[in-house]
Amino acid sequence: MRRPPGRGITDLVERLLTVAEVYAPVERDQSVVFDRIESAREAAIDRGPAALSPKNLVFPRCEMLLSSSTRGDESGRAPDPGPGGPRVLFGVRPCDARAIALLDRILGGGEKTDSYYIRRRESLVVISIGCTESLETCFCETTGGGPRSTEGSDILLEDLGDRCEASIITEKGVWLAGQIGLEHDPAGARTPRGPAPPAGPAADLAELKKRLDRSFEDQCWRDIALKCIGCGVCTFLCPACHCFDVIDEETAGVRVRSRIWDSCQFPAFTEQASGYNPRPSAAERFRQRVMHKFSYCIERYGMPGCVGCGRCVSRCPVNLDIRTVTASFLGDGGEP
Amino acid sequence: MEASAIVRTVRERAAELLASGRVDLVIGFEQGSMPMRAAPCFVSDADGTDRLVWNSFCGVNLARFLRGRHGRIAVVAKACDTRALVELIKENQLCRTDMVVIGVPCAGMVDSAAVEEITGHAGITGVEEADGRLLLTAGGSPVSLPREDVLCRSCRRCSTRNPVICDIAVGERAPEPEIPGFLDVDQFAALPSEERRTRIEAEMKRCIRCNACRNVCPMCYCVRCFADDAFPQWVGRGGDPGSVMSFHLVRALHLAGRCVECGACERACPTGVDLGILNRRMSADVYRHFGYRPGMAPEIPSPLSTFSPGDPEDFMLEPDRGRSCGCGG
Ligand code: SF4
Ligand code: SF4
Ligand code: SF4
Ligand code: SF4
Repeated sequence: MRRPPGRGITDLVERLLTVAEVYAPVERDQSVVFDRIESAREAAIDRGPAALSPKNLVFPRCEMLLSSSTRGDESGRAPDPGPGGPRVLFGVRPCDARAIALLDRILGGGEKTDSYYIRRRESLVVISIGCTESLETCFCETTGGGPRSTEGSDILLEDLGDRCEASIITEKGVWLAGQIGLEHDPAGARTPRGPAPPAGPAADLAELKKRLDRSFEDQCWRDIALKCIGCGVCTFLCPACHCFDVIDEETAGVRVRSRIWDSCQFPAFTEQASGYNPRPSAAERFRQRVMHKFSYCIERYGMPGCVGCGRCVSRCPVNLDIRTVTASFLGDGGEP
Repeated sequence: MEASAIVRTVRERAAELLASGRVDLVIGFEQGSMPMRAAPCFVSDADGTDRLVWNSFCGVNLARFLRGRHGRIAVVAKACDTRALVELIKENQLCRTDMVVIGVPCAGMVDSAAVEEITGHAGITGVEEADGRLLLTAGGSPVSLPREDVLCRSCRRCSTRNPVICDIAVGERAPEPEIPGFLDVDQFAALPSEERRTRIEAEMKRCIRCNACRNVCPMCYCVRCFADDAFPQWVGRGGDPGSVMSFHLVRALHLAGRCVECGACERACPTGVDLGILNRRMSADVYRHFGYRPGMAPEIPSPLSTFSPGDPEDFMLEPDRGRSCGCGG
């Protein structure tokens, strides 16, 4: 059973609220999602992983890129300038924080910097809480992370009930800790006191990638994807999926160009204007999802595109479990 | 019949069908990757039928998986799956002679999300069923819940518990409860309009447009769904709440007189949108105007796809124009 957050967490959130906008898991309509909070009471830290990941805060489901109007007035506004002051993303699990680290590598760094992402990301300070309990669906360790992973976090907390102990990971973390007078060991990441919960078996990701790469033309994908209904559940709930489409819409003379989440599981994702679709069936589309996560992301960004949060595992309508799929490639040393 | 006896019979019949060559494929359920999950599975040789299971988590409507497959197919079907099969046959999407229905009576399916809610999301590592109860291992401790308390919304109001069409019947007929027709719809309709609007908008607000409801629906099989069409674009894909609402309203209209109320859409929805709020109203209207419940009788034509010259046209806004072809003759 889950415990309510201790005094340590509540105190800390109260202090954060005095210096920044705070976003935390909150209960909305019987499910837990990330949203702005005004008081520490609202935070639902004790309720397991949020149904929807915090991705929406840096990469919204629908984001206006530009707009124009033929009305000759201000109704064709410039895109919203994004958040001004500091925002704290509080109470994320280390898996979700690690997903932000991946998004940073893809959208926030190098030559392909995405200004819309950066605009939201720069002002965001990520405070995660190391997990003391895990769910059946958790497998962060399989993807190279762990319940105490610091990747993507600016501050990592250990919840000790009446108090929290903090590891300050980044410059941003140092700054925020200073703002709220958060005590910490200047020597850097501390050793957690409590034991970490189980979070999936460790896996040889390099070997997995090698075997996946060899399987591209394999018939197995047809069998694996037989039951897949091609919905967007797995990709839309995923904290690490980041594919989008750009759409133009017009209402009353105002044209708006937005980017919206898209999913490689939708047939239209790769359909070309001619009608030709290079990924004509669920087999190719599901293969793409697995390849992207466990081959291409590793190749390009040095980490997998899955952090093992387990959302897709628990929510896929037909129980097409990505853990089973990756394990089938690694199992028994044999080829799938 | 005991659940384990049902499983045994399903496996035996499926194996016979495959071994004798009567069917090329059996579609049923197998144990999922964790407790409280059963997954659609496709078995094409008799040795593989040991994978088949039957339990309280077989909520997906398997009628969804028959279209577009070649050969003769056997399907392990509960009542609402057979209702969808009936409609699909009427709509010429499936051929009755190409399918073998292994019909299983149903006591309602369990909503795993509701169980997780009750057990406080403590890891569930085991589940068994006995005497109408779920015996769970949650967070390491035993928890016993009456099935009735955690049934899916659609199963609570279902009074069709036995397959409508069936070639091989498994188990004894399930008792069919007397359930007052559309109490939920009438209660909702009795609310002030502002409150109804607020309630519907609150549901729509949770929708992330993942299309799971549509894709899992046995009756949503359009080659190109209006929601995916770009030329012309019938419904926006952006964040406008009106677009989300349009998607669901148009889908509800497309399902009027066709929705078999299996609730597969609601179970698939990752954010728990109460789609019944719209679809049930359609079902109530179709029943009240046409005395028709989809999927109940293969021989009764679907009212909304049947034309009769005597049909009333009192809904026409300009009745005279409606009757003339405009050529002046
Ligand atoms: S794997 Fe599951 S969630 Fe993902 S597209 Fe297929 S059916 Fe939907
Ligand atoms: S693929 Fe699934 S488990 Fe992995 S990060 Fe995405 S939602 Fe989580
Ligand atoms: S919503 Fe309408 S157009 Fe889309 S698949 Fe369903 S019936 Fe077809
Ligand atoms: S399944 Fe739920 S979230 Fe997905 S499109 Fe349907 S109503 Fe929206």
